[in-house]
Amino acid sequence: MKKLNTKFWLGIIVALAFYGLVQVLLTIGIFNDVTRSMLLLVGVNVMLAVSLNLINGITGQFSIGHAGFMSVGAYTSAILTLDYDVPFVLAIIAGGIVAAVFGVLIGMPTLRLNGDYLAIATLGFGEIIRIVLLNTEYVGGASGLSGIPAKTTWTIIFFFTLFTVILINNFIRSTHGRACLAIRENEIAAEAMGINTTLYKVIAFTIGALFAGMAGGLSAHTFYVITPGSFNFLKSFEILVMVVLGGLGSTAGSIVGAVFVTLLYTYLREFPEWRMIIYSIVLILMMIFRPSGLLGKTKINFGKLGKKEAKGNGSIDSSTP
Amino acid sequence: MAASTAVLLDVKGASRSFGGLKALSEVSLHINKGELIGLIGPNGAGKTTLFNLLTGVYPPSTGKILLNNESVGGMKPFKINHKGAARTFQNIRLFTAMTVLENVKIAFHQHARHSLFSSMLRLPKHFKGEEEITQKAMDILKIFSLADQAQETAGNLSYGNQRRLEIARALAAGPKLLLLDEPAAGMNPNETRDLMNLIAWIREEFDLTILLIEHDMSLVMGVCNRIYVLDRGVLIADGTPVEIRNNPKVIEAYLGQEA
Repeated sequence: MKKLNTKFWLGIIVALAFYGLVQVLLTIGIFNDVTRSMLLLVGVNVMLAVSLNLINGITGQFSIGHAGFMSVGAYTSAILTLDYDVPFVLAIIAGGIVAAVFGVLIGMPTLRLNGDYLAIATLGFGEIIRIVLLNTEYVGGASGLSGIPAKTTWTIIFFFTLFTVILINNFIRSTHGRACLAIRENEIAAEAMGINTTLYKVIAFTIGALFAGMAGGLSAHTFYVITPGSFNFLKSFEILVMVVLGGLGSTAGSIVGAVFVTLLYTYLREFPEWRMIIYSIVLILMMIFRPSGLLGKTKINFGKLGKKEAKGNGSIDSSTP
Repeated sequence: MAASTAVLLDVKGASRSFGGLKALSEVSLHINKGELIGLIGPNGAGKTTLFNLLTGVYPPSTGKILLNNESVGGMKPFKINHKGAARTFQNIRLFTAMTVLENVKIAFHQHARHSLFSSMLRLPKHFKGEEEITQKAMDILKIFSLADQAQETAGNLSYGNQRRLEIARALAAGPKLLLLDEPAAGMNPNETRDLMNLIAWIREEFDLTILLIEHDMSLVMGVCNRIYVLDRGVLIADGTPVEIRNNPKVIEAYLGQEA
């Protein structure tokens, strides 16, 4: 346990050093506004990918409605800061909590479904949220909400992302996370060994929704405007692509996948006509040459990110007896 | 049989149909505390179906299942596991991508005292709880001589060891009743003998009651106190190994009617 703690704090120090470096570069102006907004987007996407990985990669429940939870968080927190003058950080957390409530409500009926059926149900949920927002006058209908204070800073996004990764990783590497993994591995055996599989599926779904909601709130406060269109199923797929590219079931992989896809998107923006083609080719090549993702099933180990494991090894617990 | 013996499992007229197919009809049996009972029958007799009813994979269509005088028919599998019945599977169902140690740890989850929040926030309770689980899981692995392979991925174990790990995992849940579905399937005679000795030993050590499905007759006849025989969903005989061996109905079920 002592060893684990040392590694953990080492990782924190590395992360904080990275934070400080970027902060300095931003302050003295080496990083321009484009880079700055890309960094914020990276943070949001890391939160989204890591939280979706908990549902899809760890618990094995194929959900493609993550943008739905994101939009719930985005709209909730935007309304709170715009109309009720709620302090920014509280509004973000509230957005996450409302999204988590949706997670419970959606999860309880849909998580009885398996595989393709669950995917379709969650896709449907995401679209329902979008259509409801589109037709609600109070949140601006199709034109969405605008004039949202751009309060998301590098500091805010960094610490939210850091806490997301730490909390979700702590969850995964505990008996509760193992219960989720067992569901992915063999649901019948997990149930027979005393795991309340329905409960743990809903828990994973809820925690995933909580952090997706917060990510949504943070992105709303980055770009001044939110519209229902920015949370369509393409956004859900984009998050899924990050998780799959990084390696389903690997937190470190999700982070790498999120960074990779965000950078790809940002730099391809200069070649609009080629963008989707290059993006698609990258995906196809990835699936041919590294079907298990960039990092495969690598487990996250603070301070030792990217430590390779044998292929097909989805173990996440490194505590030695 | 002494009337005072405590009954652990009591099945009263349990039936199960799948559409028009009656997989089990009116099966009644009882198992006393501490017994080792064999369940035999030709292929398709309904042995695994009976296991599935006993462990809640599906509820009985009619009839009652009492575990420790409590009705468990129709309960969810994880609840029945908490009530003290653990099983292994005919076709091994391990968590193949997880380590051997983690496989056993899963069964201890129900006894974990640290909450989700203490784990997410890494409170002292989390470390204490996890250490306790690891310790207990290692103890079980030692009994099954799997401790050396604790960090090995379960899917990489040899076939015999995978079967043993499944039993270890079932035992970790802390059951009173252990249901073993063909534990010796695919093992050679030596492995089978070792396994049987191990089963006899854990039965003593953990004060277990065991219900065993097995095809190896010499094995069943050798270790079981009593044997139930199923044929086409109906219980056709029960008794001591000697009685079963000489029961004409059993011989008929296995070898067909004399011409």
